[in-house]
Amino acid sequence: MLSSLFVSVSVITLISLFLALLMVIADATVGNYGMARITINNDKVLDVEAGRPLLSTLKSEEIFIPSACGGRGSCGLCKVKVVEGGGNYLPTELPLLEKEDIDNLIRISCQLKVKNDMSIEIPEELFSVRQFETKVESIRDLTHDIKEVRLKLIDPPSIEMKAGQFIQFEVPEYELTDEAVYRAYSMASAPSETDVVELQIRLVPNGICTTYVHEHLKEGQDVSINGPYGDFFLRDTDRDIICIAGGSGMAPIKSILLDMAEKGSKRKARYFFGARSARDLFLVDEMKELEQKMEDFKFIPALSEPQPEDNWTGETGLITDVVHRLVESAPDAEAYLCGSPGMIDACIKVLSDLGVPQEHIYYDKFA
Amino acid sequence: MSNALYPFAVFFAAIFTSNILLTNYLGMCSFLSVSKELETSAGLGIAVTFVMAVTTALNWIVYELVLIPFNLEYLRFIVFIIVIAAFVQLIEMIIERYSEGLYFALGIFLPLITVNCAILGASLFMVIREYTFMTSFFFGLGSGLGWLLAIMAMAGIRQRLRTAKIPYGLEGAGIALIIAGFMAMAFMGFNGMISIS
Repeated sequence: MLSSLFVSVSVITLISLFLALLMVIADATVGNYGMARITINNDKVLDVEAGRPLLSTLKSEEIFIPSACGGRGSCGLCKVKVVEGGGNYLPTELPLLEKEDIDNLIRISCQLKVKNDMSIEIPEELFSVRQFETKVESIRDLTHDIKEVRLKLIDPPSIEMKAGQFIQFEVPEYELTDEAVYRAYSMASAPSETDVVELQIRLVPNGICTTYVHEHLKEGQDVSINGPYGDFFLRDTDRDIICIAGGSGMAPIKSILLDMAEKGSKRKARYFFGARSARDLFLVDEMKELEQKMEDFKFIPALSEPQPEDNWTGETGLITDVVHRLVESAPDAEAYLCGSPGMIDACIKVLSDLGVPQEHIYYDKFA
Repeated sequence: MSNALYPFAVFFAAIFTSNILLTNYLGMCSFLSVSKELETSAGLGIAVTFVMAVTTALNWIVYELVLIPFNLEYLRFIVFIIVIAAFVQLIEMIIERYSEGLYFALGIFLPLITVNCAILGASLFMVIREYTFMTSFFFGLGSGLGWLLAIMAMAGIRQRLRTAKIPYGLEGAGIALIIAGFMAMAFMGFNGMISIS
């Protein structure tokens, strides 16, 4: 009895050992691609161990390319321009690329393996992207469906960002997802507040991240984020500013306004905030306070469907109509928009009618 | 039937009369998820055929030379899985290194195959049916080709279905399973052609 147990265990062990040995040999010979040199933007040079996907190779060199699916080749976000050394397109990349991506030498970096020297181009701003370990400092309700989450940065302890940029929030495995996923949220905190990242998260029915934040996240819990990302940030000019936001689109605009107030900006600023009824309005007092603090700032909330019990005396109607009514012409203005794609498209149209040049309209669309 | 021809009988039987997918319903998961495009189905089918033929032969050797002498036949489930997984991994590494064309055509499907139950199924049938080495190899090859035939037929039908009006609730896997059932019935028409034990 005992000896048969011994025999079976040793046979299994020997077979596994033999196969494992084969794999180790193969890994060291066939799978060994040696070192490769990656040149980034014709400037930075990295010597890396070849044979792994470009995305994870760059990650181990502390260069974070935004990716939502974690390298499974399903989200198509981790696009990188590979000028040289990429080889042919893989069948797993093609479904994620448009024709113009291919014309621009764009590759899906989680699928493309580094096998030889490469020359790639990535936006400069990605060099400052970091992974942050944080702790939930506070969670509070802003409206019936929007929560404000403040994350205290632990490691590294501070972030350098521009007002209006966003981070990616890592949702761990839970009921709605069997793998970690990442979702982008704008930072509502001022850039001067370097040790905290503040987010405004609206509950989307069955949304993986929003459900997690609204129903599972507790104060004191650990959260991983990475960032900052995005080219939606306050430009350093003297132009007048028109901000338009709806719902949790408040976040980056709040950051921009706080930044202006702290720096004592003298620029004229108007902030149009669209909501359905009074219960969807939030941070009104904070905005009124900013009106006092800043040289020339007005907060203009507008309700599209004010309820009788709201006793609303402010602006009513769609936010686009309100903007059209209150801004006569603004050829010298700069606009910052944040909200749903439908709202942004409508606002761009209105602003163009008012004479705001296309290149001075900046926006952050909720995807 | 003469002994020399027996492997060929098994080969054809595995393709038509006892198709591993349509009569045993093995390898269903990749069959349902990959059968949307004709081209990818062909790639996966060829990869399955290759792996099935080789692993069935390899597992026959392991079974006859290692497991039987030690009276460890009951360990075959674990041992076969390990052999298949290691073989698939090795092949993937080799073709990734040496043949880009082959890697693009087959290599990306290999990780999918490790967990394809039809491949383990073929090795287990070979034991139950007490095949010889040659018969086992042809059985694996035939089973793989049968699987390839079934998935390509399915992909062809599903490409047509894309423009068809499918009742709500049956879209996707639902209609695919019903079609697989019809195909299984259609393959029963081959029944009288060859009969093997």
